[in-house]
Amino acid sequence: MIQTFFNPEIIVASWPIVRAGLLNTVLLSLLVVPLGLIGGLILALLASVKTPAVRWPLMAWVDFFRAFPPLVLLILLFAGLPFAGLELGGFVCVGIAFFLNTGAYYGEILRAGIDSVPAGQIEAARSTGLSRLQAMTYVVLPQAVRNVLPDLLSNTLEVVKLTALGSVVAVPELLYQARQAQSLTYSPTPIVVAAIVYFLMLWPVVRLLSRLENRALARR
Amino acid sequence: MSTWDRFAETFFNAKVMHRYLPDILSGVVVTIELALLVVATGIGAGLALALLRSLGIRPLNWLIIGVVDLFRSLPPLVVIVLIYFGLPSAGLAPSGFVSTWLSLAFVLMAFSEEIFWAGITSVDRGQWEAARSTGLSFGQTLMNVVLPQAFRLAIPPLTNRTIAITKGTALGTVVAVTEILGQASSAMSNSYNPSPLMMGAAAYLVLFLPVVVAARFIETRFAWKR
Repeated sequence: MIQTFFNPEIIVASWPIVRAGLLNTVLLSLLVVPLGLIGGLILALLASVKTPAVRWPLMAWVDFFRAFPPLVLLILLFAGLPFAGLELGGFVCVGIAFFLNTGAYYGEILRAGIDSVPAGQIEAARSTGLSRLQAMTYVVLPQAVRNVLPDLLSNTLEVVKLTALGSVVAVPELLYQARQAQSLTYSPTPIVVAAIVYFLMLWPVVRLLSRLENRALARR
Repeated sequence: MSTWDRFAETFFNAKVMHRYLPDILSGVVVTIELALLVVATGIGAGLALALLRSLGIRPLNWLIIGVVDLFRSLPPLVVIVLIYFGLPSAGLAPSGFVSTWLSLAFVLMAFSEEIFWAGITSVDRGQWEAARSTGLSFGQTLMNVVLPQAFRLAIPPLTNRTIAITKGTALGTVVAVTEILGQASSAMSNSYNPSPLMMGAAAYLVLFLPVVVAARFIETRFAWKR
């Protein structure tokens, strides 16, 4: 059993391949998390304009991406767009798909955060002479982010986990590299190693989230 | 031919769509089957684990927390690949369908256990004590006093998670499950035309958009009035 799933020789032999994948997963996460946050911030700021002409299309946009599987979006960009003469690499497709998909999720969270800041705060900030933008940047957003920090963190965890989709469009991240190593060695060991790496990397975040959630409940 | 016509001819080709419609529809059936199985077993197992955890048996609770943390940390696609490509080496060879079902059910189990457990612990201790002192048994207190309140708290986050994880049925494509995306992709490479993919995308929206809209409604309906 150990010879099959946790073969020391194969671990040593495949480690450089898996390690390169780990590095790319970290880099990819560092790219797509800010991309998603920017997308979400744009949506949340648009949502703070409370006119029906903005609200309804925005809600439709968010619901669309909540209903649409991210993998389908990714395949659509990667395999569909070339038929329109637009050939983007796997990496660019992942970037766009994450911007759209995770942006919608971040947007919902940030919108809830902005809604949680009492209107009196904005009025007070505006009456001291801050512009609308200044009031949003210096008064509302810092409080909004703090109020929804556990949700932001939880979504970020999901985004990092989602980068494994990159393997489907040949982005050499952790899962892709592990599968390459698997087909080279005819052994499931590299995939087990990749799973352990994911777990070690993300488990502290899961623990932290559990504690934050418990604390939020205790405060209720 | 105008640009628009050429675009429509490529992405919404009537002939191709007509030819591959049965394939996409059979994919829809597989997706629905897979989704229902994942939801029923995942949420059922999550609730069962949360109830076990409420018994307060220490070593058992550590085990539950360990399993839950594991499936919250691993990307669902990694679990699918691990089961599908790994288990055959141990003499078990689950099909792509079974691998996808098990993986997503485990992930949903982990998230729903956390959500149910949060709901159960949110019920004030005093309510437990009061219910027990009126002569209700542990089981009766759990069923009639604690769970109704816990469910109410659990429903909005649970619907969100369930949708996010059920959408993951598309991941089955990677292990050759013939669900919507799998059917659409192979139809696309057979016809060398993206129309089947557009049909597949539309099928996902038809399936999941009503659920998302319903979830939005449930969220506001079940929100605690403060």
